[in-house]
Amino acid sequence: MTVNLSEFDQSCLDGQEGPAATSAMRVIVRLAEAMKATELLDVTSAHIDSCLYHGPAVLDFAKWLEDQGAKVTIPTTLNVSSLDLIHPDLYRGDEDWGVQARLLMDCYERMGCKPTWTCAPYQLEERPKFGEQVAWAESNAIVFANSVLGARTHRYGDFIDICAAICGRAPAAGLHLDENRKGDILFRVDGLNDSLLDRDVFYPVLGHLVGKNSGNGIPVIQGLPDGVSEDRLKALGAAAASSGSVGMFHAVGSTPEALTTEEAFSGSDPTDVIDVTPEKIIAARDELSTASDSRIGAVSLGTPHYSVQEIKKLFELFDSESVNPEVNFYVSTGRDVLAEASLRGFVKPLEDAGVIFVTDTCTYITPIMEAVTLPVMTDSAKWAYYAPGNLGVEVIFGAVEDCVASGISGDLSVDSKIWVDG
Amino acid sequence: MTMIFLVRGKANGEVLKLDEPLSFWGGVDPETGEIIDLRHPQGGMSVKGKVLMMPFGRGSSSGSSVIAEGIRSGSGPAGIIMMEADEIIALGSIVADEIYGKAMPVIVVEKSEYETYSTGDQVVISEDGITLS
Repeated sequence: MTVNLSEFDQSCLDGQEGPAATSAMRVIVRLAEAMKATELLDVTSAHIDSCLYHGPAVLDFAKWLEDQGAKVTIPTTLNVSSLDLIHPDLYRGDEDWGVQARLLMDCYERMGCKPTWTCAPYQLEERPKFGEQVAWAESNAIVFANSVLGARTHRYGDFIDICAAICGRAPAAGLHLDENRKGDILFRVDGLNDSLLDRDVFYPVLGHLVGKNSGNGIPVIQGLPDGVSEDRLKALGAAAASSGSVGMFHAVGSTPEALTTEEAFSGSDPTDVIDVTPEKIIAARDELSTASDSRIGAVSLGTPHYSVQEIKKLFELFDSESVNPEVNFYVSTGRDVLAEASLRGFVKPLEDAGVIFVTDTCTYITPIMEAVTLPVMTDSAKWAYYAPGNLGVEVIFGAVEDCVASGISGDLSVDSKIWVDG
Repeated sequence: MTMIFLVRGKANGEVLKLDEPLSFWGGVDPETGEIIDLRHPQGGMSVKGKVLMMPFGRGSSSGSSVIAEGIRSGSGPAGIIMMEADEIIALGSIVADEIYGKAMPVIVVEKSEYETYSTGDQVVISEDGITLS
């Protein structure tokens, strides 16, 4: 199948927009062919995941574009990288790896990308509006843009993000198109007590369960309270994109394309109906932990990057207590969010209490955490999913309230009552 | 028989058929090819030089980078066969082809075709398709 190219697309391929646009357009068209797209469409912003260093190939690619004079032509934000430029001393990795990682970061900045260095670009002041076509990479950002903002991006990987940013074009396929955004599988939340539905910790667990059971379809979640907060939807989506291939979900009564269950399915019948029972939720929760211990060695929060509201909650939970000297307590967040949280007075008291803020990167993608033999506790299903493989640590998943209590005492503290009787 | 090349290329190797989809980032060590996702049923095995089969793709956007790095270093799979198209996987191979002139074939086949291969089979992927050797 051939892709019908616009005059502009063809002029890129023909070299009239410069060599970088030719190379970028070649990649876009090859991907469009693989996606069976019949044409390309305009995108108004991009979020780049390619700026995280994974070895020589990613730097070769960025240099290949830059050497051809590449510049982005639409507003473009950068995802987390391998280094914390605000707290550089936190990096404990190989020196040469750090040098290469920095070269990669600098390369993307020189191409005109904004040095936002966050996996939660939707927490920045400027973010896509409903219906806007964008090219975002980073699995949790993709899910949030599609589901919560109602913007439209396909589930993009690295490389295409910067190509789309250079040309302002992307394949007209996948989640960009109305017909591919309707729900496939219905998840009925039923029989769970209301107080559990009002706890932050419920949402990443639900996301983990939904991701595992959605295949590559779009899940529709029915039975949640109306107007679930953005932070909870963020945690749900990030978990579902880790345990599964979810690029979009509908939460009836909360996300903009799902005012009703019927709207979410666009009148079609679900291909499958799954009842989310208390037993299934508890099983999903237990899957997120690899260990059980009476002590913990570290706490890692902020995957995806914590919002101002989440830092505020942390500030309130600490309530003048301090982190146990034998525990390392990390919170990953974006530099813009950290600046705002600082202005609002939440950061200094937390730092004084022993909390280590990590910006521009995340504790599970780069060597930042001090070696621990005891398990690491987290409130993030995504961190719980990836950290054991990436870092070789044992993980205990729990509510942020439990993470703070455990971080203060050093002893594992889990309030398991909330799962049973609220 | 319907077969779609998401990325054209040649490969020759032993089939490793995964029971579940695998996220390349966080799931495969790009330097060695080992499956490091310990929750994955094939955790601990190596994808290096294998014709990897999985029903569809999963997980992180950074998978494209891990695929490209595996093609560059030679520790990645020789080819990938799925039942559904996956753009994250295709992209890694497209980019390796553009910058190094090395493509790893990525193929989508129908279920009936997918089911004819099992772990341990030796297969050859050419422009014409997949053949048992």
